[in-house]
Amino acid sequence: MKKVEAIIKPFKLEEVKDALGEVGIEGMTVTEVKGFGRQKGHTEIYRGSEYTVDFLPKIKLELVLADSRVDAAISAIIKAAKTGKIGDGKVFVSPVSEAIRIRTEEKGESAV
Amino acid sequence: MKKFILALILALVAFQFVPDLVAADAPKAPSIEDRIADLEAMVNNGARQTNAATAIATSPGPGHNGFMMICSALVLFMTLPGLALFYGGLVRRKNVLSVLAQCMGIAGLVTILWWLCGYSLVFSGEGNSILGNLKWMFLKGVDSTPNTDYAAWVSHNVFSMYQLMFAIITPSLIIGAVAERMKFSAVLLFVTLWMFVVYFPLAHMVWGINGLMNGVWNAGASIKAIDFAGGTVVHMSSGWSALVLCIILGKRLGFPKEPMPPHSMVLCMVGTGMLWVGWYGFNAGSAVAADGVASNAFMTTTIATAVASFVWALAEYLFRGKPSVLGFCSGAVAGLVVVTPATGFITANGSVLIGIAAGLIPFFAVYKLKGWLGYDDALDTFGVHAVGGTLGAFLTGVLATADANANLKLNLAEVVGKTLWIEQLKAIGLTLTLAVGGTVVIAYIVKAVVGLRPSEEVETVGLDLAEHGEEGYYGHSR
Repeated sequence: MKKVEAIIKPFKLEEVKDALGEVGIEGMTVTEVKGFGRQKGHTEIYRGSEYTVDFLPKIKLELVLADSRVDAAISAIIKAAKTGKIGDGKVFVSPVSEAIRIRTEEKGESAV
Repeated sequence: MKKFILALILALVAFQFVPDLVAADAPKAPSIEDRIADLEAMVNNGARQTNAATAIATSPGPGHNGFMMICSALVLFMTLPGLALFYGGLVRRKNVLSVLAQCMGIAGLVTILWWLCGYSLVFSGEGNSILGNLKWMFLKGVDSTPNTDYAAWVSHNVFSMYQLMFAIITPSLIIGAVAERMKFSAVLLFVTLWMFVVYFPLAHMVWGINGLMNGVWNAGASIKAIDFAGGTVVHMSSGWSALVLCIILGKRLGFPKEPMPPHSMVLCMVGTGMLWVGWYGFNAGSAVAADGVASNAFMTTTIATAVASFVWALAEYLFRGKPSVLGFCSGAVAGLVVVTPATGFITANGSVLIGIAAGLIPFFAVYKLKGWLGYDDALDTFGVHAVGGTLGAFLTGVLATADANANLKLNLAEVVGKTLWIEQLKAIGLTLTLAVGGTVVIAYIVKAVVGLRPSEEVETVGLDLAEHGEEGYYGHSR
């Protein structure tokens, strides 16, 4: 099992969700987050005061998948979230040692 | 068809004579006595008196009196909630309630002082040219009969309440410079002393019938200056005092490194709109009648404000690349401030010039001057009210004309359009000296008695929770 975490632009969430649905991904967890990478922040000016806002709003998606489905999910995310401009986000993949469905107490890949 | 139309026209013409034919049977025209009795009944709001026992002269005129009650409410609306929201939106969310509490606290406090002796000290024509006496203490004798020194057709009690609203908004303006870092107790003590030392004498000198600077109505005024609705009394006094107080108070913790953006530009814009609307009561109402001078003030207020708002945002567009809502709001308030002393004395063209100056000079003060000098005037009370008020007082001297207000011919025929600007400079100098000197003394007294600033911990948590025990947005203090 693998966990796929994707940080994407907020306005791309719907497209990414639909693209994942098309490759058969049935569940995900979404969080509103703030952060910055190479894009950096933006500047706000209130009368004489200029403020640099470093942390920009982003969306974090988390999916836990069977190993066989990871590649399809990653390419669906990349295809839907890419604008080609700086600030499109990143995808991280990490191993997951166990998963348990609370209702049935199933374990492993059948739980995700 | 032609014949029909012709017949119709003839018939209509004939009808014009019918009333004449029946006039002989109509009731007799009312006598002069009846007509006067009707007029008295209307003014005194009663049934027609055949013996005409009540003369009109002791009554307020219904139109003027009604207008002034509405104007009084409009000027109060400028503070509550206009200014409170304008300022409240500009602070961080952890301090929004402290601004509202300070505005409401001042409204209550100043009303009590006004009733106690404030009104009397400002407007009694006895006493000297610097301060009135205690004749109307506790508003004794201030009843519904007009006081002809100030308004022939407006009840004295309405006039006193109208002027109270000015006394409330003036110290409230100072709140903007010291926002987010002054103890509530210090605000109340400061305002109490400031009213006696700065506001009451200044308002008496400018508007008291025997005032030192009341050029329009006092033939013996030593400084023949004019101030229609409070450029010196309200905006210069509060603005310069605000600068001094914010310097003595010191900068907010973290200023200027930590970002302190407005927590709600929406509230700020809502407050600005209320200020603009309320300001019609302030400026047009300063004619103290629903007369032609008020009409002219209504027009010049509108033009100057709209032009200033537009020019300020345009200046931002040119120099900073983006016209901001805060720019439109700041420009509107600056326009209102600058036109205030001039509004009843200038023409439409004069108000356009004032609008342009108001959109550029205070703009420069808040964008550049503040950064160069490094003081923490949190919400730009100095940049807008002191700079704008001083600019307005001076421009009034240049642009005032008897074409716009015939009252300028009474005592000022010699100076209007000639040396009036020199008289205005004298008034500016005196106002500045009183505001700055008075505030330095009062600020150090308050510092010694109750202290000016809350602890660092209180300031960090926010004044709302620490000083008032509540949050503007429950669970979101920051």
